[in-house]
Amino acid sequence: MVPVSYYILLSGVLFSIGVLGFLIRRNVIVVFMSVELMLNAANLAIIAFARNIGSLTGQVIVFLVMTVAAAEVGVGLAIIMMFYRNKKSVNVDDGNLMKW
Amino acid sequence: MEFIFFIILSLIAVISALMVILQRNPIHSALSLIVTLGSIAGLFIVLKAFFLAFIQIIVYAGAVMILFIFVIMLLTLRKDEFGQEKRKFQRIFAIIFSAFFLIELFIITNYTFFGKTEKILFTPADFGTPQALGRLLFTDYLLPFEIASILLLIAMVGAIFLARREE
Repeated sequence: MVPVSYYILLSGVLFSIGVLGFLIRRNVIVVFMSVELMLNAANLAIIAFARNIGSLTGQVIVFLVMTVAAAEVGVGLAIIMMFYRNKKSVNVDDGNLMKW
Repeated sequence: MEFIFFIILSLIAVISALMVILQRNPIHSALSLIVTLGSIAGLFIVLKAFFLAFIQIIVYAGAVMILFIFVIMLLTLRKDEFGQEKRKFQRIFAIIFSAFFLIELFIITNYTFFGKTEKILFTPADFGTPQALGRLLFTDYLLPFEIASILLLIAMVGAIFLARREE
């Protein structure tokens, strides 16, 4: 049995990599992939805790998180398509229409 | 045995996650992300979340990543749009910020869980199987399940509306 703290550390490392990618990349698709990475790190932590306390509720929560992530990807990629069509670019710095 | 699986899968996950953010070409990032999601699915199996491991493979590594790759291919990116990371100072601050974030997580984990021996509670034989999870989803968590289905419907309509070409 692997201690739950190891899973939490792995989840933290993956989440931090996601944060790093979100901040350093300018390509909007890779930024979006970093968000997916963070969601998966959180899912891993929830599953590890669910296993530790022997409850299935955590797995139900992860199931719902996956549903929301799938919906988010569908809408997000449609927005990226619109962004590309209007700006002819996928650089996040070009999305400055609402910038003060 | 379980520990060996954990070490191997977590190494694959971390290395391919780093590849996701360090590759210049978004297609390579997407392929690395598939590897990460697959190894996380393996970790789900180690944690006895069998149903979710297969959902992870089918929904995430299958459907979602195919969608990503479709969009990357539809956008017909030119070579100069792959890289062009200007703003050096922003990158330095990003690295400092995420390092601090990681250290904070380490400290919190150290205070709360680390070094303590967890005793595993009794787990039923069908823990994490589709039967057990399905029974829970259709009884105790029926309302969130239905709301999730409505959310998917709304997202589908929204995606079609957004991606439509205006005449």
